[in-house]
Amino acid sequence: MSTSNTTSMDQQPLDPRAAAELRAQRKQKIESSLAKRHRKESTFRMFGLASVLAGLFFVVLLFGSILAKGLPAFWQSSMAVPVYFDPSIINVGAQPKQQAGESPAQFNDRMIAWQTEMGMVDWDALIVNGIVAKDAALEAKRDDLGYMYTSSEAYRLRDMVLADPSLIGQTKEVKILADANVDVWLAGNIDRDLPAEQQQLSPEIRQLADDLKAQGIMENTFNTNIFVSPDSRSSPATSGLAGAFMGSLFMMLIVIFISIPIGVASAIYLEEFAPKNVITDIIEVNINNLAAVPSIVFGLLGAAIFIGWMHLPLSAPLVGGLVLSLMTLPTVIITTRASLKAVPPSIRQAALGLGASRLQTVFHHVLPLALPGILTGAIIGVAQALGETAPLLLIGMSAFVASVPASPFDQSTALPVQIFLWQGNELRNFFEGRTAAAIIVLLALMIGLNSLAIWLRKKFEVRW
Amino acid sequence: MNLLLIGVLLAIIAIAYQIGLSKSRNLAGKGNNSAMLHSRPGYYGALVALWCAIPAFLILIVWNLVEPTILEQVVLSHVPADVAANLNAASTSVLVDRVQALASGFGVTDTPAAYELAAAEQLAKFETIGSYIKLAVVICAALIGLLWAKKRVSQQYRARNQVEKIINISLALCSGVAILTTVGIVMSMFGEAMRFFSFVSPMDFFFGTQWNPGFSTTGSADGEYGLLPLLWGTLLVSAIALLVAVPIGLMIAIYLAEYASPKFRSWAKPTIEVLAGIPTIVYGVFALMIIGPFLKSAGALLGIDINATSALTAGLVMGIMIIPFVSSLSDDIITQVPRALRDGSLGLGATKSETIRKVVMPAALPGIIGAFLLAASRAIGETMIVVLAAGNSPLLHANPLEAVATVTMTIVNQLTGDTDFASPQALVAFALGLTLFVITLCLNIVALYIVRKYREQYD
Repeated sequence: MSTSNTTSMDQQPLDPRAAAELRAQRKQKIESSLAKRHRKESTFRMFGLASVLAGLFFVVLLFGSILAKGLPAFWQSSMAVPVYFDPSIINVGAQPKQQAGESPAQFNDRMIAWQTEMGMVDWDALIVNGIVAKDAALEAKRDDLGYMYTSSEAYRLRDMVLADPSLIGQTKEVKILADANVDVWLAGNIDRDLPAEQQQLSPEIRQLADDLKAQGIMENTFNTNIFVSPDSRSSPATSGLAGAFMGSLFMMLIVIFISIPIGVASAIYLEEFAPKNVITDIIEVNINNLAAVPSIVFGLLGAAIFIGWMHLPLSAPLVGGLVLSLMTLPTVIITTRASLKAVPPSIRQAALGLGASRLQTVFHHVLPLALPGILTGAIIGVAQALGETAPLLLIGMSAFVASVPASPFDQSTALPVQIFLWQGNELRNFFEGRTAAAIIVLLALMIGLNSLAIWLRKKFEVRW
Repeated sequence: MNLLLIGVLLAIIAIAYQIGLSKSRNLAGKGNNSAMLHSRPGYYGALVALWCAIPAFLILIVWNLVEPTILEQVVLSHVPADVAANLNAASTSVLVDRVQALASGFGVTDTPAAYELAAAEQLAKFETIGSYIKLAVVICAALIGLLWAKKRVSQQYRARNQVEKIINISLALCSGVAILTTVGIVMSMFGEAMRFFSFVSPMDFFFGTQWNPGFSTTGSADGEYGLLPLLWGTLLVSAIALLVAVPIGLMIAIYLAEYASPKFRSWAKPTIEVLAGIPTIVYGVFALMIIGPFLKSAGALLGIDINATSALTAGLVMGIMIIPFVSSLSDDIITQVPRALRDGSLGLGATKSETIRKVVMPAALPGIIGAFLLAASRAIGETMIVVLAAGNSPLLHANPLEAVATVTMTIVNQLTGDTDFASPQALVAFALGLTLFVITLCLNIVALYIVRKYREQYD
């Protein structure tokens, strides 16, 4: 009724011709705007696709450029040298033994004196002799040959003799690593057309390096040092990740033994036992906020509390591990709670109905079902801690450490910090590759951990 | 010594468990009828073990904390007055180390003074006696706990309730660690920042426009500690990052949620999320080695002077880093918008993009603002990218092509290197950290509140 009324009141009665014209106009208007709207639709869609492609492109760019820079650094110039451990050069007495009536401190002094004497031996002569033995024509270039290999190789020969004194008088083939600058020159990491004053090496040495390469004495071999040696400043060519790796390993162990038990326990308490009151609300808000606190703030916490107040050792994996534990705690709590929440209430009701106590319900029934999710969360938390750098810088882990830490109390760096240190090294041409190689190692570890998490989730996932 | 003691303790605890277990089994009578008991035998075992372990370990911990102080007192009591008068903290620890080396029989290389020898003899005596007493006390505590708990084991004894109570309390204590962390953060930041403000007035810090803290080696508080240039740098870099991340991230979320085929989505989404798992140091190196030089040469091509390390470089790379953060948060929120809203709009003849822009987006807006704020707080707190790629130039300027300094970068710079921990140059890091903490905390609280409200709306 009312509609017919309003139409008759609003609209003048139209003759059929005018009405048809109006309809045609309207149709045309819709059609023309429809084309525009469809155009807009496809533009919008293209924008979406372009964004996704941009995101994928960034992934490819990141991995591609890191791989392109880093992979070649796993190979390095070296020489296989037959070293004759010449007794006439190594004329040092036998290793001292503790005598009766001598205090350990005095014996220590004598030992150090003997070691100094060992260090004074002209080990370099052994290496140069070895190279000359390969091609007698190099005899004339003895001085330049000294620049070919990295300085720590001399100490390596010393350590070999220390470990096995029977080597003296024997000939043994040793892989001698080329000097970092020689490697840079041979690998083409420095522009070969640069004028002489901008080159790191003198023309004679560059020529000699090229000759050795052409003769096949200098070879490009797989570089195991990057995995087995600690960082080194005096001999950059041997610098490796072993120290940083051990530091990271200690820290991850501390995270696993502190953060995960505490995190899982607090998640169980909050999800299953905590009464709903103001205090648990505060804890909840607090944990959510803690998860979003910038990591560097945890570094400041570590610097003030663990180092400033508790006087724990500076640069130690112990402190780093504690800081990272506190940092990953919220992640572990949140993921554990999510997987506890995913276990359906019927399981709990069934257990309670059969007379189990609440604790038995949780520990015998809910927790085993939630375990895959908890493990996944824990692994992701550990991976996150493994890649964290900023808080470690604040507790002194950016110090240069040339040894592999033997315990969590020793000075050490960590993998991401080692990347930070290498990218800032002055020997840029050499360390750019090293930095990228270290990143590859770090990413490989993280991808490994994350794949493990995904695999665990896929394998044990329970759908309700 | 401690390791041996802990080993012995663990052995006693294992025995205690077995004692509790076997006693309760005996109580259960023939045929192991556990219905006779209040709790299952395992609980009696656990209770006896706990009674054995808790007091013993508490005593051990307290002993180890107190022992070094007492031993140091023993050493110092032998030091003649004239030497003691000249001792400071460092020389005291040297002296204690020397005496300890003498006491352990390792000896020192020079001839020790008479009082050092006397102190060492006394120390060695104290150490041996102390370690025996410790062994005795701790093991006695464990045994007393064991016997006491064993005596209480009876058929009616509510062992399960007791054990569960202890477990419950320890679970609650664990969840207190999170609170303690926050308290620790606030207290340490606040305490150290207050020490900083005793050197520099808060007005000069919060409203100063000059940042030039000088060097701590001069031992003075000279220098200017204005926060504003750093805050400005932080905002500039974060704004660039958000300009990159928000449009791209949002469009990725829309495309993957609304347009993409399930198959495409199933591999594209995790691939993009790989970006979120990459450590920030890697992004920093990426910015420094690839993006910075690229921007510089691109700028040279266009005739613009772009610094390789600039707000633009850092912002761009930071933007790439937070793309997956924005996209997965927005994705969650968009998929939460009810189907009915979309169907209504599509049924009225709107195209898909119109539905998204005019119906889905307004409905999802609060959640997306929450995601935006979380992304902003992430950008403000990001450290390694700016340390490596933003340059370090604490000046107030609005040119994104030049180097800037940010709050996080300055914290790292002030606390690494040879700084005296008590100097204002180092303490300022805590004032900066406090500022950073407060800013991100506010952003997070607002964001989490919005996101939570939004979830409730459609749940």
